[in-house]
Amino acid sequence: MSLDLLVAILMTVAGAATPLLIAGLGELVVEKSGVLNLGVEGMMLIGAVTGFAVATSTGLPVLGALAAMGAAALAAAIFAVLVLTLMANQVATGLALTIFGTGVSALIGAPFVGITTPTLGPIFPEALTASPLLRLVFGHSPLVYFGLFLTFAVWWFLNRARAGLILRAVGESDTAAHAIGYPVLKVRYLAVLFGGAMAGLAGSYYSLVLTPMWAERLTAGRGWIAIALVVFASWKPGRMLAGAYLFGLVMTMELQAKAAGFNMFAPEVLAALPYVATIAVLAIISAAKRGGANAPACLGKSFRATA
Amino acid sequence: MFELSRRKLLAAGAAIGFAATSVAPAFAQDGKETVKAAFVYVGPVGDYGWTYAHDQARQCLEKNLGDKVETSYVENVAEGPDAERVIRQLAQDGNDIVFTTSFGFMNPTIKVAKQFPDVKFEHATGYTTGGNENMGLYNSKFYQGRAVLGTIAAKMSKSGKAGYVASFPIPEVVMGINAFQLAAQKVNPDFKTQVVWVNSWYDPAKEADATRALLSQGADVITQHTDSPAPLQAAEEAGAIAFGQAWNMESFAPNAHMTAIVDQWCPYYTGRVQALLDGTWEAENVWLGMKEGEVEMAPFNAKMPEDVKEAAQKIVDETKAGTYEVFTGPIKDQSGEVKVPEGEVVPEGDLLKMDWYVEGVQS
Repeated sequence: MSLDLLVAILMTVAGAATPLLIAGLGELVVEKSGVLNLGVEGMMLIGAVTGFAVATSTGLPVLGALAAMGAAALAAAIFAVLVLTLMANQVATGLALTIFGTGVSALIGAPFVGITTPTLGPIFPEALTASPLLRLVFGHSPLVYFGLFLTFAVWWFLNRARAGLILRAVGESDTAAHAIGYPVLKVRYLAVLFGGAMAGLAGSYYSLVLTPMWAERLTAGRGWIAIALVVFASWKPGRMLAGAYLFGLVMTMELQAKAAGFNMFAPEVLAALPYVATIAVLAIISAAKRGGANAPACLGKSFRATA
Repeated sequence: MFELSRRKLLAAGAAIGFAATSVAPAFAQDGKETVKAAFVYVGPVGDYGWTYAHDQARQCLEKNLGDKVETSYVENVAEGPDAERVIRQLAQDGNDIVFTTSFGFMNPTIKVAKQFPDVKFEHATGYTTGGNENMGLYNSKFYQGRAVLGTIAAKMSKSGKAGYVASFPIPEVVMGINAFQLAAQKVNPDFKTQVVWVNSWYDPAKEADATRALLSQGADVITQHTDSPAPLQAAEEAGAIAFGQAWNMESFAPNAHMTAIVDQWCPYYTGRVQALLDGTWEAENVWLGMKEGEVEMAPFNAKMPEDVKEAAQKIVDETKAGTYEVFTGPIKDQSGEVKVPEGEVVPEGDLLKMDWYVEGVQS
């Protein structure tokens, strides 16, 4: 295998993994605070269309990415009001958010079908990406680096920062956290908004980097994979990084194997690989006990403050 | 590579006769004042590909027939049980004719057509109506366009290898791959077509990644049988050439986009609804192509060399004139065995259940 090919494969892996990682880390923080938001796919689509619309209108993809975060956070805010203040069922509301996001993104996106946009491409000067190995280090979209940084930031926040420990307390025992005076709902509101912003950013990765266009249902179900990865990662940021890149690797290898004319198996078998890998890893994690049953204790439960 | 269940099913059910139906209905039907027509789409109308082309035709139908027709559509309908529910709902809602526009809608359409004998149904790209007299079939000879793409690909490729981003190994797709490769082979006998199955009609990110995989493994021409412009964009990014699918996708890849196969369903839809208005509608099985204007090529890219343009245009002209047929023997299969003898043309019925690849296809 030539170096060029290897680098090309690894670059594609990073591209496939990054949106899963960013959206997954957002959802991880949300779930750590005790809220289950199944609307990731919808928020990603809202982010994708907003990012695209703003980038094409202004010519500034960075502004597009920021707008994507804002718009998806706004959608997350609707979710938060429904499930936190009005105490609606989180599963049903999350699903509704996905359906809402799919529809509203199609509506906003209608005038943007069939055009292309300035992309959020590599940031380093071309001189730095001359050789394949340098390209592997410097040739990515800024969002790829952001994904790696975010992994560290979320780990640090959840394990070293006081605010992060409060967030975990809220997710593990909302009543106890409330009793010692922590603002449970405020923490959860902020977590949900953060999750929304990250889902929006991940969505904009599709419309501004990977496939710089807008088409309905552009993310094609990646939001669901991000949610599954949170469980896969047993709510740990480091494992989320590993999981997202592993998933990206399996997805890429499937296509590379086919492109290389590797036809020992039917195409359907190769296409099933990512999902087989998911099940296998989940089974191994659960069997290993440690970290297996790591779900926040209050995940998905509504909280009503009592005196 | 084999994909048994679907193929077997097709081979079993494919007793397809393509007799041109003469006009003159046995029982004159009553014409209608107005017609309500409904469309069922597999993807979003904003896919800018297959579904987009159908929806453009629906809008064109409304324009052509004015207040005599009222149309509606349901998009993003999953192939399978959900389709049956949607089609039945449309029949119950008082539609006079329902167009179901994806291969996987065939069986649901047959079922619903049995329950609503007074409603007409038309299914795109299927092979049987299950004996329903109120159900017609229609399709386009997209493979004629694929032959044009194959010619351009072989003329312009330096590596002699094309990458083919494909959806599912159904006859429609297999036929397209073979037409592409056969035409390319006529230009360059050593030409190879590498197929990657993405197992989806519409998954932009996966289509783009499949394209990148093909490009990194030596293909320098990309063609696709999936519905989004993502492969074109990935080709543009890498400086390769590619072709649009179902609609002119030049805006996505001004340098890579050489031409596109454009689906023109409007004349057909207009004709069928007009027949309902006149009371002359009959269940038919039609398969029209370039000659009838149902398959068109988008304008050739200005960057295409003159001789390539000429060669491509020649295929178009001869196809329209009926003197060029890409599936003319001798045709060898992947193992090098002669499958179609010299001078023989593969019959249409055989094309519609095609389950083998020609020499030079790597799948």
